[in-house]
Amino acid sequence: MSEDGNGHRHLLSIADVDRDFIISLLDSARSFAEVSTRPIKKVPALRGRTIANLFLEPSTRTRISFELAAKRLSADVISFSGSTSSISKGESLKDTAKTLVAMGVDAVVIRHSSAGSPKMLTGWVDCSVVNAGDGMHEHPTQALLDLFTMRERLGYLEGLKVAIVGDIDHSRVARSNIHALNKVGAEVLLVAPRSLLPQRIEGMGVDITGSLDEALGWCDVLYLLRIQLERVEESRFPSLREYTLQYGLTQTRWSNLKRKPLVMHPGPMNRGVEIESSVADEVESVITGQVTAGVAVRMAVLYDLLGGSHG
Amino acid sequence: MAEGILVKGGRIISFPGGLRGEADVLVREGVISRVERGIMPGGEEVIDASGCLVTPGLVDLHAHLREPGMEYKEDVASGSRAAACGGYSAVFCMPNTEPAIDNSSVAEYVFDRGEDEGLCMVLPHGAITQGRRGEALAPMGEMGSCRAHVMGFSDDGNPVVDSEIMRRAMEYSRSMGALIMSHCEEKSLSEGGQMNEGYYSTFLGLRGMPAESEMIGVYRDLCLAEKTGARLHLAHLSTAGSVELVRTFKRRGIPVTCEVTPHHFSLNDSELLTYDTSLKMNPPLRSAADVEALLEGLADGTIDSIATDHAPHASHEKETEFDQAEFGVVGLETCLALVVTKLLETGVLSIEDAVAKLTAVPARIMEMERWDYRARLQEDDPANLVVFNPEIEWTVDPNAFKSRSRNTPFAGLKVRGKVLHTVFRGRMVVRDGDLAVRPPGTSEVARNVMPTAASGRGAGEGG
Repeated sequence: MSEDGNGHRHLLSIADVDRDFIISLLDSARSFAEVSTRPIKKVPALRGRTIANLFLEPSTRTRISFELAAKRLSADVISFSGSTSSISKGESLKDTAKTLVAMGVDAVVIRHSSAGSPKMLTGWVDCSVVNAGDGMHEHPTQALLDLFTMRERLGYLEGLKVAIVGDIDHSRVARSNIHALNKVGAEVLLVAPRSLLPQRIEGMGVDITGSLDEALGWCDVLYLLRIQLERVEESRFPSLREYTLQYGLTQTRWSNLKRKPLVMHPGPMNRGVEIESSVADEVESVITGQVTAGVAVRMAVLYDLLGGSHG
Repeated sequence: MAEGILVKGGRIISFPGGLRGEADVLVREGVISRVERGIMPGGEEVIDASGCLVTPGLVDLHAHLREPGMEYKEDVASGSRAAACGGYSAVFCMPNTEPAIDNSSVAEYVFDRGEDEGLCMVLPHGAITQGRRGEALAPMGEMGSCRAHVMGFSDDGNPVVDSEIMRRAMEYSRSMGALIMSHCEEKSLSEGGQMNEGYYSTFLGLRGMPAESEMIGVYRDLCLAEKTGARLHLAHLSTAGSVELVRTFKRRGIPVTCEVTPHHFSLNDSELLTYDTSLKMNPPLRSAADVEALLEGLADGTIDSIATDHAPHASHEKETEFDQAEFGVVGLETCLALVVTKLLETGVLSIEDAVAKLTAVPARIMEMERWDYRARLQEDDPANLVVFNPEIEWTVDPNAFKSRSRNTPFAGLKVRGKVLHTVFRGRMVVRDGDLAVRPPGTSEVARNVMPTAASGRGAGEGG
């Protein structure tokens, strides 16, 4: 969480926040999770506040999750998306930002394919900004909901051994999780062929292995990333079939494990690629649990950004 | 105003010879009439240069003046004003205009626009291939023999991909007595890249441009220059590996020269943590270790010259998402101060070497006698000189730029070394740090004072 000169709080990256913020946010998310179990899933915490969802890259889950989080806090929500806003007509992000300011919104939740856009936006708007995923940079609320899930399921974070498997290079989820896990004292092992690892990622405080089997014998949490077919065209690896052979969580690998890790995935899963369908069915509850946690965590984030001053 | 200018009490740097100590310079009828101590004023405008250095006007081998075609970023008039205020008397401009400078009529157009302004020489480089498309050679001979006397050829940011075409271009350029200027980049490695590839690109989630992209290009062009005997000049070196390659080939006697820009020797890729698009350029800011290697290359002479790669862009082309922002920074009005601040005060270069890399060396690389240009202060030479005070501290303020664009990464930086006066063809074009001349386009003075050709050898090399 960072605060700008005008007193607005932003959540732009996990790299910006400290351990105490993460832990207190996870605690606060736990109380908000309770709200979602009530028959009337709504609290008046942000009544009268307006939140704009500015989603300039296709997204269903994250957008709906933020929308639901805002509504359960009684905020008013407006949504711009890449296909319907004027951005597709050539309006610049800066002009869109000025428009939002003119409409008097209290927070902008932005998803953008360009890394750094949320940070840039803070210079153009007079309100809070939440990064809902920017290019290959970060996806802070995803990391927070992942940590929330790990802590709820396993009971601790410090000393937790987490293996992240797949396309680290293109993954903002991986970057945010690496920062977050390091800050709470977990250990992170990246599992991928070198061609899917960005340069000098070791500098972010992780270990690296090319062997999924090695990682499976070590980890408490196995975090699988989504693999996209485009990576074959980019010569990152030879074929999806080969990827699955080397890095897929196949039924054989899963059945052979004596001690089974918690399996997580940011969704949507590519069944048959990074995870065999039968294994996916077995571990599905954790992954849908991540989605549920997402709403609670985003309520906690929005409340933290906007709740303090006007309540 | 009285006839002539008398610059009194400055320390003179000129080549050959270097730092000569205090002397006065008398300018009459467009030429330097005397350089000696204790010249008595005789009705000329007297410039008090005490505490200042008086050197030949600076020569920039690499600028983008955007005319024709992108005048909203810069044009020859605004670029000339920026150059004069930066202490420049000659600016070579790149052919990535619209249309490209790939024939004599566009070359003459740009050259003539510079003469119309009369604030500094504007000398176009020509494209190597027609339309900078990398397919068919542009008429180097025609461009070389036209009024603009084009000497340097470059496809600039679209480096010639096809090695066979580059080889033939080098062979042909040799017969024309021309110079191939290469922007070295193996595009298949850098395509889509936004910044240097390394820890910071990984941290920021920005696509990287690996150092090897430049090094492979440098190596290819050095090999082809060795094979063909062509004269090769490498633009804006940015990596340690490139410097080492140039050092190796120079040792083998290959006639290669190269340049570095102030932003590449002043900044490294850790600055990009702010996602400030004014730090986006190509080649990108490299690692701290690369910057060290550039400084070593400057100090040991591997890097011959300092060029700006002045690349103006409109604010809307920079105030946008990082991966959509244009590449490039302006540099004409900050170069000298950055040289003083980052190279002299740190002891990387002596004042003589620094001035040589900004004047005599680039003039020698471009064989500027063909334009009757001498980057030295000698009697009967055309009077192109700059008076600057290396001690004055000032803060870079983009709003004070004469350039039409403001895209500098140095806004707000305290620097040392200020251009006070620039004399071009015997006329004060900058006085007390500001333009001394008429509103643009209202005078013909410049052409009336074209000096007579001073015969003799080209400017020597310093240090």
